[in-house]
Amino acid sequence: MKATYLLAAAAFALAAYPAHAQTPKRGGELKFAVSAEPPNYDCHANTSFAFVHPVRPHYNTLLKFDAPNYPKIVGDLAASWSVSSDGLSYTFKLHDGVKFHDGSSFSSADVKATYDRIRDPQGGARSVRKAAYADIASIETPDRLTVVVKLKKANASMLANFASPWDCIYSAAKLKDDPKFPERNILGTGPFTFVQHAAGSHWIGKRYDGYFVKGQPYLDGYRAIFIRGAPMVNALSAGEVMVEFRGQSPADRDRIVGTLKDQAAVMESPWQCSLVVSFNTKKKPFDDQRIRKALSLAIDRWAGAEALQKIALVRHVGGVLRPGDALAISPQELEKLPGFSRNINASRAEARKLLKEAGAENLAFKLTNRNVAMPYTPVGVFLVDQWRQIGLNVQHEQLDTKLYLAAQQRDNPTYDAALDFNCDFMDEPNLQLIKYISADRSPINYAGYTDRKLDELYDRQSGELDRGKRIAVLREFERHVLEQAYIIPTIWWHRIIVANKKLRDWEITPSHYLNQDLADVWLDQ
Amino acid sequence: MSAVSAAPDIVYAAPRQRHPVIAFLRHQPLGAAGLVVIVLMILAAVLAKWVAPYDPLTVDYGGILARPSWQHWLGTDNFGRDVLSRIIYGAQTALSVGFLASILGSTLGALIGVASAYFGGRIDMLVQRLMDVLLSFPIIVLALAVAAILGKNVVLGVDVNLVLAIGLPMVPKVARVVRASALAVREMPYIDAARTAGFSHARIIFRHIVPNVTAPYLIMLTAFVGQAILLEASLSFLGLGATEPTPAWGLMLSGSAIDFYQQAPWMIVFPGLAISLAVFAFNLFGDSLRDWLDPKLKI
Repeated sequence: MKATYLLAAAAFALAAYPAHAQTPKRGGELKFAVSAEPPNYDCHANTSFAFVHPVRPHYNTLLKFDAPNYPKIVGDLAASWSVSSDGLSYTFKLHDGVKFHDGSSFSSADVKATYDRIRDPQGGARSVRKAAYADIASIETPDRLTVVVKLKKANASMLANFASPWDCIYSAAKLKDDPKFPERNILGTGPFTFVQHAAGSHWIGKRYDGYFVKGQPYLDGYRAIFIRGAPMVNALSAGEVMVEFRGQSPADRDRIVGTLKDQAAVMESPWQCSLVVSFNTKKKPFDDQRIRKALSLAIDRWAGAEALQKIALVRHVGGVLRPGDALAISPQELEKLPGFSRNINASRAEARKLLKEAGAENLAFKLTNRNVAMPYTPVGVFLVDQWRQIGLNVQHEQLDTKLYLAAQQRDNPTYDAALDFNCDFMDEPNLQLIKYISADRSPINYAGYTDRKLDELYDRQSGELDRGKRIAVLREFERHVLEQAYIIPTIWWHRIIVANKKLRDWEITPSHYLNQDLADVWLDQ
Repeated sequence: MSAVSAAPDIVYAAPRQRHPVIAFLRHQPLGAAGLVVIVLMILAAVLAKWVAPYDPLTVDYGGILARPSWQHWLGTDNFGRDVLSRIIYGAQTALSVGFLASILGSTLGALIGVASAYFGGRIDMLVQRLMDVLLSFPIIVLALAVAAILGKNVVLGVDVNLVLAIGLPMVPKVARVVRASALAVREMPYIDAARTAGFSHARIIFRHIVPNVTAPYLIMLTAFVGQAILLEASLSFLGLGATEPTPAWGLMLSGSAIDFYQQAPWMIVFPGLAISLAVFAFNLFGDSLRDWLDPKLKI
């Protein structure tokens, strides 16, 4: 009853939370929580929200996603752009008058130097997104405000790649002096300048008065406070921090709303994150497709999603693409694929039959999981229970993140099955499907298999600019993945943000990496 | 001639011998109460399969966070699992780890203490300084360090490394107490006699000293079971002990219980009570056993 009341209050708060109803007010320091800390300051080398949330406000990117209208793409440092009809040439016109925080002028040379560094890092610099730009043939700068990117072949995701929140534009001059300059220094053109990083405590940014968007940012500054777990929930409940941008569990949401009451603004969205089970296909008996498929068939994803959404930040049943995305499979089609039938009894009967055929009716194995409570533990417990229901003996092993990653990523992994995650900054098959292509092509395929059919389908969909044809290839890819069951999707995440209503004009998106430059955010106080 | 009358048979009444257990129960009522709780816990752990109303691992998403009721006496958790059943099965984890760790720590400590006292001299000095170093760490810190370094190694359902993590920090305390008793025994004439007779060190230690330090050993062992249960619960709470979905009392207090303690306080109240009751029972029993066997010994 109490929970119902709280949810009703939250829904009311959300309904009464006008996104753009008021004229922004200037001033104030936004305090927000971040539950982890960035390992270094280099956008191109990082992958965690813990980096994006405190660091992104110092930088601009070429393009960016328009949060209220996601997945619409708008210009950031690019004032406009055009794409040739064959999809092989992208021309960007840049804003004039943009300056870095040290006063130096921004130009097309900085864009070229930045993307050259991402594509082919030199001098010890590190880039984790080389693959995304592998199709770029050249980057030209005909004048100081024009950039022309030429591709070797058409790439359906290239425009969206230029809106990546990880592609912070760096100063060409600084990179020339020291390619590793961004690792230890913050120098961008973004709405906030860097003030302080007190390790283990906080990160401070202050308004950049020379920001190229007139009137922005509205905040005097921001303070990211590194805090997690119960203390973070307490800080949110007490109004000591306004928001935590990654996401809260349903229980935390109810606690915070229960305390903040009408000062709480609850925002929810499907999340571009899924939990998948990777089977170690280099190890017996998981080299046997029948056993992997049986394990997938045993999972009642529909009932699980219905139940787990009450206790964990997972909610949506989907295949290899986020359910609800324009390119994703429909629920009706999905139900016909192995492991997604609504008739769980029939699926489990088939699973038992497959296990019997494979001589693995009493299979015992270990599910390796991450010792991060949300949502790894509830989903791990759910999977163990599902497999017990077909008579299997599954041991649940929860490891510290470092050991958990090492267990999957070492050259000859010894794990049996692992609960793995797949999170991206946008809905784009080129990103989400990398998980499933052959291990020798994918840096994040820990199942260790080689399947050239999947690789060929991946390349075909990537180069296909016709939307209908691309969807057809995607469906074929998905069917093959779920039939082979090397890596199986479980349940997709659901993002819940509880903010103090004083925080205005921040919009939730399906990715916790997006919309974090804080340029148009303001405080109603 | 006077007749000498036969002396009447004098029958000395033998002192009334009560069974030691009955005598202990009579003279140590608090210890008896602790013993009753311990016996009940052991029975619950051994007979869990028959005593527990539900399978502790069976998830029932239709019954998430159900209040205590006739169906679920102590309510259900966030996975719809019966809390009472998980507490009953949790006794298996607590007692197995508690007893094994205590036996390991006490036995190893006793052997080190006896050897240190018997050999004396430089060996005693070195061993005792090592014990001083180990004693300088709070027991939970030492257990945390060992658990973090060793990781997990489950054999026959018991995490052997967890047993080591809990048992090893107990070694110096037992070694110190047993050494004190063994030092007194070492000075006894029969030890000198055994030496003179040319008996080996092992024979002197195991046949003549160890039997005489059994009382402090047993007292320490009993007293440490409670501590071991508490340490197991603490390590599980901190994520270094049992992992979900294993029914373990400390684990029941952590993770989800923290998220849902306002909605479902029974998720933390009853496992917390189980830990408190177990530790209290072992402490009562251990203290009473000490008073009964060796009133002079203060741990």
